[in-house]
Amino acid sequence: MSPQDEPTSVGTRPDARPESVAAADASGLTPERFGTPGPREPAVEPDRPTGTGIGGRLPTQLSPVLLLVCAAASVGILFAFSAFSFTGAAFLTALTYTVAIFVVGAVVEGRRRAVDRVVTSLVTIAFVLAMAPLLSLLWTAVSQGAARLDPAFFTETMAGVVGEGGGAAHAIVGTLQVTGLAALVSIPVGIMAAIWLVEYGRGPLKTAITFLVDVMTGIPSIVAGLFAFALFATVLGDPGHRSGWAGAIALAVLMTPVVIRSVEEMLKLVPDELREASFALGVPRWRTIAKVVLPTSIGGIVAGITIAIARVIGETAPLLITLGFTVGFNFSMTEGRVSTLPVYAYDQFIRRGLPPEAFVERAWTAALVLILIVMLLNGIGRLIAFMFAPTTNR
Amino acid sequence: MSKRIEVNDLNIFYGKFKAVEDVSMVIEPRSVTAFIGPSGCGKSTFIRSLNRMHEAIRGAYVTGEVLVDGQNLYASSTDPVNVRRQIGMVFQRPNPFPTMSIYDNVIAGYKLNAKRMNKKTADEKVEKALQGANLWNEVKDRLGESGSSLSGGQQQRLCIARAIAVEPEVLLMDEPCSALDPISTLAIEDLIQELKAQYTIVIVTHNMQQAARVSDRTAFFNIAGTGKPGKLIEMDATTTMFSNPKVAATNDYISGRFG
Repeated sequence: MSPQDEPTSVGTRPDARPESVAAADASGLTPERFGTPGPREPAVEPDRPTGTGIGGRLPTQLSPVLLLVCAAASVGILFAFSAFSFTGAAFLTALTYTVAIFVVGAVVEGRRRAVDRVVTSLVTIAFVLAMAPLLSLLWTAVSQGAARLDPAFFTETMAGVVGEGGGAAHAIVGTLQVTGLAALVSIPVGIMAAIWLVEYGRGPLKTAITFLVDVMTGIPSIVAGLFAFALFATVLGDPGHRSGWAGAIALAVLMTPVVIRSVEEMLKLVPDELREASFALGVPRWRTIAKVVLPTSIGGIVAGITIAIARVIGETAPLLITLGFTVGFNFSMTEGRVSTLPVYAYDQFIRRGLPPEAFVERAWTAALVLILIVMLLNGIGRLIAFMFAPTTNR
Repeated sequence: MSKRIEVNDLNIFYGKFKAVEDVSMVIEPRSVTAFIGPSGCGKSTFIRSLNRMHEAIRGAYVTGEVLVDGQNLYASSTDPVNVRRQIGMVFQRPNPFPTMSIYDNVIAGYKLNAKRMNKKTADEKVEKALQGANLWNEVKDRLGESGSSLSGGQQQRLCIARAIAVEPEVLLMDEPCSALDPISTLAIEDLIQELKAQYTIVIVTHNMQQAARVSDRTAFFNIAGTGKPGKLIEMDATTTMFSNPKVAATNDYISGRFG
């Protein structure tokens, strides 16, 4: 339908759509009811030429039905050419559905709604495209990792294991140790840096630090690993140095900017009115920060820190350099190699012994456990954020 | 408990911008002084300079002096934190602390400064402040609830209770009713009348009727134009200001001819 078909005064109506006029009149939603000023349209005659079958709506159930039809047709076509594949069918279904919904929509509902349906369909396809790898990854990790998700995996180490059996208890403990130590370093530093940036910082120094934090957020993790390794090797004069501390420092370098950024955002969300209320009661700035600003934003801060931990807990490259791996427990943080889950998974996968399946299975289970730990952390973070969220109705 | 404020040749700056120029006035104890004037004329800036709250904004400073019973607020030996302990403030928008209960909000001035007091003293202070703010009967059964569970007018009275709980010498109110409905406004105005028996009260308002209703003295501020500093045009007894102002601009503003 071309624009010339439309009445000239269409733009002044809230429902500027000629095809809806009949429906609007029927439901009593006339322009007068809206109280819209402006020139009135001529009354709509029932036999007014309405272009391409306009005024109707597609039934709600039509979209899923059409989708099924398109899917069936796609599968049929692919089988007919004996070229069936799941990806191909999904792609063809999306394509035919988009075209079909546009054609059907254009015929029944008019061009505007048809475009709306096409864009809806495109957005949905984009969403599915984004979700597909994620779900596929989760599914793979679960299906491959489930085989060794047994108590032994959590209680045994790889000491003396050359084939089947064994576990990752040492790697789980190592991951918790190293990440915990990194968190212990970077959370106080990050929170205090964020407080400085929001509450005290000003001028070029603040701009410079904000810029550096931004740059640090994008640091490749291998660089952080090399930095920590070089630091410890230089200070201790031992080019072969491996220790939990070195790994924790590497992770802290990666984690701190993330903590600063998220805490900074949360502190900025605290309304200035609360700070003023506190100042006006004769409360010094540092007490205001400690007792008003931080408690008000504690939920967001905890959530941000959880995300930062989740960000570094799966790091492999820097830990490969600074920690290496080992077959048993190493509770010393200052000396010797420490196993961690990501490096454990890498090691199991890359240095397969006999039978190779046992090694691959352990690698997948390590990956699955890592995912579970991150999910657990996120859950705890959300729970804490929920518990501390200030009840405000403003 | 109430003190006399004397302002001499006060200029207020935000960085290079001069917001208020050359204000001198005397604010009497146990009275209500209202500041009126068009938006941007420096009333709020001026009232905030009376307890050094404007310094919360970066780059703000003043020249001149503000004497509270002879003590200069801007002397180099004066700690702004101490000034604010003596001169309380109520803001335009009610701002109870969302993480605290009603009870804790009232004694926030003590809690945040980590002043220790036993339960009985605290209870007494809370009741006295809430009674003083005319809120006791409405909230006495739910002191443990969050301060933000109250209505806007109740929240504002909670903020007044919070301000008077620390027993200040002076109470500054920066448009305390501008976010409230007429009934809550009336409650606050009645409260101001009661409070002036004990406190020196300064109130900024955009509402001329309110100034006429609650204040004993009124000061009119005005600006010559955008970017120019605000000035004190005239200050007198409220009845005189509203019936027989000396300056033509005051009359124009009060009668609604501009602003």
